Amino acid sequence: MSAKSTVKKSTMKQSDLFGSRFSFTRITEQAIKCVLFLCAFISVATTVGIIFVLVTESIVSVGPDPAFFQEVSVVEFFTETRWTPLFNEKHFGVLPLLAGTFLIAGIAALIALPIGLASSLYLREYASPRTRNVIKPTMELLAGIPTVVYGYFALIFVTPYVLKPIFQDLMGFDVDVFNAASAGIVVGIMILPMVSSLSEDALAAVPRGLREAGYALGSTKFDVSTRIVLPAASSGIVASFLLAISRAIGETMAVTIAAGMTPSMTLNPFSSVQTMTSYIVNATSGDAPTGTIEYQSLYAIALTLFCITLAMNVLSQIVVSRFREVYE
Amino acid sequence: MSLNQPDAEFESHLAFRNFLGKAFGIVCMVSTWFSIGALVVLLASVSWQASGWLNWSFITNYDSRHPEQAGVLAGLWGSLWLIFFTTIFTVPVGIGAAVYLEEYTQNGWIKRFIQVNLSNLAGVPSIVYGILGLTVFVRMFGLFGTKERVIELSLFVLTLEIPVPFGTTVLSGALTLSLLILPVVIVASQESLRAVPSSIRHASYALAATRWQTIRHQVLPSALPGMLTGVILAISRAIGETAPLVIIGALTYVAATPGDIESPADLLRNPGSVAEVPFSEFTTLPIQIFNWVKLPNSDFQHVAAASILVLLIFLLVLNGVVIYVRNRFQKNVRW
Repeated sequence: MSAKSTVKKSTMKQSDLFGSRFSFTRITEQAIKCVLFLCAFISVATTVGIIFVLVTESIVSVGPDPAFFQEVSVVEFFTETRWTPLFNEKHFGVLPLLAGTFLIAGIAALIALPIGLASSLYLREYASPRTRNVIKPTMELLAGIPTVVYGYFALIFVTPYVLKPIFQDLMGFDVDVFNAASAGIVVGIMILPMVSSLSEDALAAVPRGLREAGYALGSTKFDVSTRIVLPAASSGIVASFLLAISRAIGETMAVTIAAGMTPSMTLNPFSSVQTMTSYIVNATSGDAPTGTIEYQSLYAIALTLFCITLAMNVLSQIVVSRFREVYE
Repeated sequence: MSLNQPDAEFESHLAFRNFLGKAFGIVCMVSTWFSIGALVVLLASVSWQASGWLNWSFITNYDSRHPEQAGVLAGLWGSLWLIFFTTIFTVPVGIGAAVYLEEYTQNGWIKRFIQVNLSNLAGVPSIVYGILGLTVFVRMFGLFGTKERVIELSLFVLTLEIPVPFGTTVLSGALTLSLLILPVVIVASQESLRAVPSSIRHASYALAATRWQTIRHQVLPSALPGMLTGVILAISRAIGETAPLVIIGALTYVAATPGDIESPADLLRNPGSVAEVPFSEFTTLPIQIFNWVKLPNSDFQHVAAASILVLLIFLLVLNGVVIYVRNRFQKNVRW
């Protein structure tokens, strides 16, 4: 603080020296500050833009065409169990898409959360620094692979070489070519590095002293990890889970390629489902003319998706700020 | 019972606990290797599918109905130009925003508001940015009706013919991707600005430098390597992005490169064609992959695998550059 006030004084003296309040330097400084502010303001403008675009096409219309929810009631949107906007007999019920989305996000979470948490514990509590330095960058590579590649992987490897032999030939389920399970598995692999690196950050924030106190009382590594470190880092871990699930919900390409495009209310992981994101992709590829209800259904779905992911992100921020154990 | 003779119950209990600890460690280790294993299997299966399909004509051919003749020329140039323009838009704005937040604002409500906004933007699914780009850049809210106009803008040597609304052009795609990666770039740049010790700033102020002079000559040069790392990581994310580009309507089948530049030699021969690039239609590598994966002819699966390899090599090179930059500059900077 004191440094800042000195700075101000020195610039004031300088302007006195050069005589004018409106010297060239002073004006340039102000101009630069304004330009930089505009740069920072673009991020706010983006948020406003997203909300404006989604709301004007789906809730209140500004143009001549009525908005989505002015033609389809909110009650129908959330209770109707059929989603057939591209058929002659149109039904706009978001439930099948929500079911598909949460089925895939659930399978992904089932894979990514336990494995991610276990690997973060391994990296932080068990592994030597050398092993950690090898494994962490490799896991980050996994996070850097484009999502289309994961979709391809689900289609050519996971379904024919993992799911079909185990669940169809061995256990007698009927596995479709496009199915929720393969999409869920690859999305799980995709969000795994995120879970493990964010959880590891949370574990790293637990002070050494707590662990050593545990060991001094005769605890084993297992006791220290599960009874001391995990509870102490729980808020960060829960936040990482929420962020990862929100990412799985918003995931698009892998799901579009691997899960197919049949909107259905099913919990069967081996059948084809459609998610909110894959509906948006399929509908835009199909060239729905602007102003029609099919076109606006895109925005209604995008708004739903935006609200769900935003809620999860905000929740994770609340978890971190409200329940964090602060040491030192 | 004396202290020197622990009872049998305690002994067996301790043995069990030690066993539990070891077993837990093994479970955790297996989990860690699971993701490495997944990576290896993924790369192996893609390479296996691609073997025999990746050759020089694959790089220099356009897409084709015949899988043997299909190539990634259009996608490769499309991706390159898209990334080039995304970088041009993102870097100044991202760094400018970071400088404003770190160097100009006090910890007031403005900073907190923008910061919260940034972290929420980073969590918005990329497909929503696609919808934003479609409405704002491609269609411009439909304000101009269905008729497309062309605004001619003369710069010194070039004339830019800007279509309004932008339509599905490289420009729309690059602007959409810029908005998408901007939060990542800003946050990364902020972190590297924060790592510059304040003594550097104070020394500069003490020599009567103004705030901008201090930033321009002292703070930015020392924060640059960290910023570069963040930018390149964000760019490599943008290269793989498919969903927003599919939403804004990027074509899947294009038999022309942006600006008709097919090789670096064309670029030298006719530099003026660069002016047409932002307003050309385009396709990108990930979009071509998506398109081929969807085709029923199973030979196209091999074509898709080959283009995935091209994409991954591209990304690997970029990541290599990040590691090189990080190591190179970190050694030189000592506070």
